[in-house]
Amino acid sequence: MSNRRETKNIMIVGVGGQGSLLASKLLGYLLLHEGYDVKVSEVHGMSQRGGSVVTYVRYGDRVYSPVIDRGEADYIVSFELLEAARWLPYLREGGRIVTNTQQIDPMPVITGAAQYPADLVARMQAAGAQVDAIDCLALAEQAGSAKAVNVVLLGRLSHYFDIPDKAWQEALAALVPQKFLELNQKAFTLGKEA
Amino acid sequence: MKELMLGNKAVARGLYEAGVCFISSYPGTPSTEITEEAAKYPESEIYCEWAPNEKVAMEAAFGASLAGRRAFCAQKHVGLNVAADPLYTMSYTGVNAGLVIGVADDAGMHSSQNEQDSRHHAIAAKVPMLEPADSAEALDYAKRAYEISEEYDTPVLLKMCTRVAHSQSIVETGERTVPEKTYTKDIAKYVMMPGNAKKRHPFVEERTKKLIAYAETSGINRIEQGDGSTGLGIITASTSYQYVKEIFGDRVAILKLGMTNPLPVQMIRDFAAGVKRLIVVEELDPIIENHVRSLGLKVEGKELFPICDEFSQNLIAEALGEPVPAGKTLDVQIPGRPPVMCAGCPHRGLFYTLKKLDCTVLGDIGCYTLGAVAPLSSIEMTLCMGASIGAAHGFNKVLGEKAAHRTVAVLGDSTFMHSGMTGLANVAYNQSNATVIILDNSITGMTGHQQNPTTGFNLRGDPAGRIDLEALCRAMGFERVRVIDPYDLADCERVIREELDEDAPSVIISRRPCALLKHVKHKPPLTVSNDKCVGCKSCMKIGCPAISLKPSDKTKTGVLSCIDQTLCVGCGVCTQLCPVDAIHGKE
Repeated sequence: MSNRRETKNIMIVGVGGQGSLLASKLLGYLLLHEGYDVKVSEVHGMSQRGGSVVTYVRYGDRVYSPVIDRGEADYIVSFELLEAARWLPYLREGGRIVTNTQQIDPMPVITGAAQYPADLVARMQAAGAQVDAIDCLALAEQAGSAKAVNVVLLGRLSHYFDIPDKAWQEALAALVPQKFLELNQKAFTLGKEA
Repeated sequence: MKELMLGNKAVARGLYEAGVCFISSYPGTPSTEITEEAAKYPESEIYCEWAPNEKVAMEAAFGASLAGRRAFCAQKHVGLNVAADPLYTMSYTGVNAGLVIGVADDAGMHSSQNEQDSRHHAIAAKVPMLEPADSAEALDYAKRAYEISEEYDTPVLLKMCTRVAHSQSIVETGERTVPEKTYTKDIAKYVMMPGNAKKRHPFVEERTKKLIAYAETSGINRIEQGDGSTGLGIITASTSYQYVKEIFGDRVAILKLGMTNPLPVQMIRDFAAGVKRLIVVEELDPIIENHVRSLGLKVEGKELFPICDEFSQNLIAEALGEPVPAGKTLDVQIPGRPPVMCAGCPHRGLFYTLKKLDCTVLGDIGCYTLGAVAPLSSIEMTLCMGASIGAAHGFNKVLGEKAAHRTVAVLGDSTFMHSGMTGLANVAYNQSNATVIILDNSITGMTGHQQNPTTGFNLRGDPAGRIDLEALCRAMGFERVRVIDPYDLADCERVIREELDEDAPSVIISRRPCALLKHVKHKPPLTVSNDKCVGCKSCMKIGCPAISLKPSDKTKTGVLSCIDQTLCVGCGVCTQLCPVDAIHGKE
């Protein structure tokens, strides 16, 4: 028997500098405390300079590979719309994309060498993906800071998990500085109920 | 205690528990966090420093080992080339207290200029190499490496790769114990002149035989028999082991190698005898495979798996006829998102000027290598740390004065301290008319902000010695040393023109701290006046990620410039390009 059916896969994708680190940290903490074997994998260095970045979170009874491959992701959590579309081939059959609707032009679009594709949500749905697209930036600002986009996304993701809200709240409390906790709790709830 | 830990942090934890007292490293992705994490332990327990380069770091670690304290140095794969000189002879001298050398390969070249396989260094230097496959092994092998080092009197290479270094998995931590040794003078062992080295070489050969015995029996290499259902026997190590397990679980027999130099012999023969089809799964070069073949065994390897790039579970599955999940595809082209210089990056104005002056730009290793990317497209060569100056000298020598009047070498402050100084000595000594530009952003940027000898601070951020670049260049014989601010385009252009025109070598220091440094104060974001902007796209020539175009029927070109208020740091370089004065700060 292959191991891969027992392991669950979450990809966190976005643009270098968007704050995916807290998202993967929080998921890692949460899943470890839920008793899973966990691996979290990311790449540092050159690609962080405004490039496309990806973090892999895998959990199950026994996790081997640190990376998620094509057709394997149960969830793709995306900070930016184009990045959700870029990593779509990694989504498995029946998988779900939870994405921020924010659009950030990459350099080829800025210089006019390429165009930012239109109607990406509809296109991803047409390709067979379940897509949950929300304006996380607006919700984060409503919670009190544009920087809370990551926690809004996690709140939305939590909606699909069998893990009690209490465990998510504990992870949040463990990883967010006390003075920003209330803001982040609000952002989490706004995401969850969006 | 169980915790989720980054591979590099797990190495640092292993060093701590092994009683390491001294670490000297040069930063390099994906090795940097080992030293940074180790520096979070009290300085009274582990002294940690950034050395100017890997060779100096390794020699410092050797000195600490000689003195009787367990020592460590870390580098990326190409850094080990720089430190190869001490390594190959440390193999002869052996150690006093344990000495372990961390090296991190970058299959897939996430942040590197080549994809070399460090196992070649272990074989050539005749030193043992351990290769962990996850964080728990990273911690365990770091400790084990010290036992091997002291028992076999050898430096030990601890090889990481991007996917082990930058993945978090679960570890259990232990206590720290500090074994110490005393230093005793031993000329025959530590002075490697021919007469002594001749006696040490046979020792090295004997040591390798003993290490092969260790490889056979110590348990660092292990066999997982599996259920025998496929008849496959796979020899593998490091992250490749994880991909194989991911696909096959217990359906294959596995010889999992934790020590990849020297390799076992009898263990491999026994393993091969028990399987129907023997396969080696290893990233990069066919080193295990060639060893297995040299034993006269029938084996498959690189005819199934590529030498180039990193592996993944699907790659293994596909090569061995296992099912691979189909990914979904979109009916539209997704534009790439290559890395770019940050908004406010001080390098941008300089490369814009070099492009404007149509200079031949010989580049170097750092964030500024992005000066080769459109629209700046300025850098024409990048090879290795410090090569910009060395190459500019040779380039100008053969092409003469005409070339010298338009050729520049460009490198960062940290790269200059690493190995640019020796190149500069060559320019001073052998008299070429080179123009060298040091991009002094007061930090080692690419690897995530490490201090260096020019910044005035040490690894822990405490005040330290500071090398004065201007004084250093003057002392080396350069009479023409100029300092410019890369945010001031007119001054940049004037000074670079003057120095290119001059029939003398010169150093230009382009000084402005990295825009991402926390202490750098930024101006408010700039805005474009829609009434003034004519859509001429002049501001697009600098490739700033904060500037984009939006459609407009007001201009001939059909566009207006627009500045992202969350990205712009108000550096003002774009305002100097605007012919109609449309870009302004907030009133």
